[in-house]
Amino acid sequence: MGERKIFSGGEFLISDVTPADIFTPEDFTDEHKMIYQTAKDFVEKEIMPNIDKLEEKDPDLVLRLLAKAGELGLLGTDVPEEYGGLGLDKVSTTVVGEAMGVAGSFTVVYGAHTGIGTLPIVFFGSEDQKKRYLPKLASGEWCAAYCLTEPGAGTDALNAKTKAVLSEDGKYYILNGEKMFITNAGWATVFTLYAKVDGEHFTGFIVEKDFPGFSTGAEIDKMGVHGSSTRPVILEDAKVPVENLMFEIGKGHKIAFNILNIGRWKLGAMTTGGCKGCIEGAVKYAKGRIQFKVPISSFGMIKTKLADMAIRTYMSESMMYRLAGMFDDKLGTLDAEAKKSGAENAKAIEEYAPECSITKVYGSECLEYCVDEYVQILGGYGYCAEYPAERYYRDSRINRIWEGTNEINRMLIPGTLMRRALQGRLNLLQAAQAIPQELMSYSPLAVQLPDEPLALQEHMVKMSKKIALMVAGLAAQKFGADLVKEQEVLAKVADMIIEIFAMESGLLRTKKIIESRGEDKAKFQIAAVETYVDQTIPTIEMWAKQALAYVEQGDTLRTQLAGVKKLARYTPIDTVSRLRAIADRVIELESYPF
Amino acid sequence: MNIIVCLKQVPDTETQIKIAPDGKSIVEDDIKWIMNPYDEFGVEEALRIKEKFGGEVTVVGLGPKRVTEAIRTALAMGADKGILITDDALEGSDSLATAKALTAAIKDLDYDIIFTGQRGIDDDLGLVGASVAEFLGIPHIALGIKVEIADDQSSVKVHRPVEGQTLVIESPLPVLITAQKGLNEPRYASLPGIMKAKKKPLEEKSLADLGVDASEFGEAARKLKIIELTPPPERKAGKIIEGETPQEKAAELAKLLHEEAKVL
Repeated sequence: MGERKIFSGGEFLISDVTPADIFTPEDFTDEHKMIYQTAKDFVEKEIMPNIDKLEEKDPDLVLRLLAKAGELGLLGTDVPEEYGGLGLDKVSTTVVGEAMGVAGSFTVVYGAHTGIGTLPIVFFGSEDQKKRYLPKLASGEWCAAYCLTEPGAGTDALNAKTKAVLSEDGKYYILNGEKMFITNAGWATVFTLYAKVDGEHFTGFIVEKDFPGFSTGAEIDKMGVHGSSTRPVILEDAKVPVENLMFEIGKGHKIAFNILNIGRWKLGAMTTGGCKGCIEGAVKYAKGRIQFKVPISSFGMIKTKLADMAIRTYMSESMMYRLAGMFDDKLGTLDAEAKKSGAENAKAIEEYAPECSITKVYGSECLEYCVDEYVQILGGYGYCAEYPAERYYRDSRINRIWEGTNEINRMLIPGTLMRRALQGRLNLLQAAQAIPQELMSYSPLAVQLPDEPLALQEHMVKMSKKIALMVAGLAAQKFGADLVKEQEVLAKVADMIIEIFAMESGLLRTKKIIESRGEDKAKFQIAAVETYVDQTIPTIEMWAKQALAYVEQGDTLRTQLAGVKKLARYTPIDTVSRLRAIADRVIELESYPF
Repeated sequence: MNIIVCLKQVPDTETQIKIAPDGKSIVEDDIKWIMNPYDEFGVEEALRIKEKFGGEVTVVGLGPKRVTEAIRTALAMGADKGILITDDALEGSDSLATAKALTAAIKDLDYDIIFTGQRGIDDDLGLVGASVAEFLGIPHIALGIKVEIADDQSSVKVHRPVEGQTLVIESPLPVLITAQKGLNEPRYASLPGIMKAKKKPLEEKSLADLGVDASEFGEAARKLKIIELTPPPERKAGKIIEGETPQEKAAELAKLLHEEAKVL
């Protein structure tokens, strides 16, 4: 395997990425495979027999299972070896996250503990803080929670009211305020928490549950993930030793935003696992459910559902591992000194903040799609609590809300890219400005595609990039700094970027499989990419036209719309046969088929 | 106490087995391969004995390169080193030839106990363990569900279930024991274990390395030949007894049992 080229965050929009440049699940090492197996065995043997009991929020059971996960090393993939973890690559973390994705509420316990709970200390903790907390968090002896949200500060997180004032003797910060929706609050020992020093400087603190003045409120009744604990956290003159202040005074936002990036990618990995669980549950039921004397899996509409679930999950999975590989490649460029610095590691990950948002939005919406069809395939039984589809449906919903709502993430994708363009970090504007000129001479009819699989799809991904850049460029030109207020336009640009990353990740992965195993062994993956691109191109064209119709008028608009039409020119292929073939494969294997 | 465990890689129990067009083999394309579960009991028992008495656990596998995965899993569970016997000439070997190759790899090693699974869950023959013991000229105890090593480490007592009773067999060392379900609950390969396994020695040996004659192995040397593989018959659809009242249904059932099933 050659060296993968390292791209900057968002650069995929303006560069040609090759199959050799991305990491795919087919590139797993033996260790990755074994780690996946261990995590999967753990879920099957330890979590699934307790899945109903877990819904009752029994702290002893949760902590026992967490400790068991810790014993196996499942909580320590991101914790450096010197602090009791394993310090593995991000692909390994993704593998564990994916396997954990079907563990119901325990997925939430695990995700909050290892992600937003533990990582602030990994990246921004002092040496002393790392030594005091990380070994116990990696072993699962202690559970961690993360307190950013407040009753009046959700998406607007920096508008926190919680206040920290240094005590007279200078030994403590006295914290007052309330945090809201704190996952793991009922059984966590360690809380990473944000407060404003002197009511002004947003700062991170590590707070233990036994610190005087710290308490948690009553459990909040939720729609789903009933087995996770969610409570407010109350600080009434809470005494936090000065040595538990994290990083620097006034630099809490740096911790908070970096941790969210990672949380988003980890969430993406976990949702991919959840999607696979839906496919398995749905196909097993569809094969056994007899109506009109035949299994319902033989009906075309059920097949379409099974195939679409599998195709989207394939794109989602391809994106998650591509991003994990991007992290690992970027982290691999750090010198020995920087590797040890958590802040440097977080900075390397921050490079891919747009991709983190993309995978979070795509992953959570892919799972939402899958749980919905899972329920639908089960019909009336899908609506009954006796079958797991009902729990999946309720449990999935939160994923579009936390780790930044999908709305704020949609704003962040074009927002971050535009900011980087203005900083000169990313050549977006030049690329966008070149498009009108290119369009003058571009004739879709004159395009000669090589006679090889997926050539058309590769071309359409390229054209989609041009469409997205064109719309983003024109909108930026028109609104300038006020573009940030045009949420509707930005959302369409974000949606185009998300779908481009999805299509491209699936496309490049499949081309890589063709190169390594031959076209015949990649036939289902090829059909998946062909179908997905076929489904997506008309949508991209529509979003672009809708956005432009708001941005421009008259002749200018007409010229632009004609340009979009030219770029999006595409003759539909037979997707019905492809969907059937993929569905038959799902039915044959009784699982996610790729 | 040095222990050897023989490993086989078999299709995952959840794999849907398809018979190949030749009618004598299975399609291997979609198969997920795992360590034979009975062998896994052997690995676990070996590790427990090592933890109690010290020594080394060596796992020996045979087959194509993919068998490395099963050996690595055993190393990740805690075994110390692995040997993979791999050679194109082994393709199609029967149990006796497999036992010969394993014997050749084991005979010069230092061992007190050898574990094998009581049988492979793929072909269910259960011949390899006994054959290896015979070739090595050491005692063989089949179907162990409990293994007790004497304090002076000179002998072993093995419990085996017999028709609801337990037979306790004592043997001097070295001995070969085949592992039965119930012997233990195998541990997971932990993540630290997996990372450590990467650095443990795993040696590959060809038939030539083992100093044996390749003509004794493979399809041509088989003493048992597979003539045909057939899938299990499809289960016939059940019958629902119609009737308004329990009495009517019972009468209908009795009638069908008598006339159709002819069991009454």
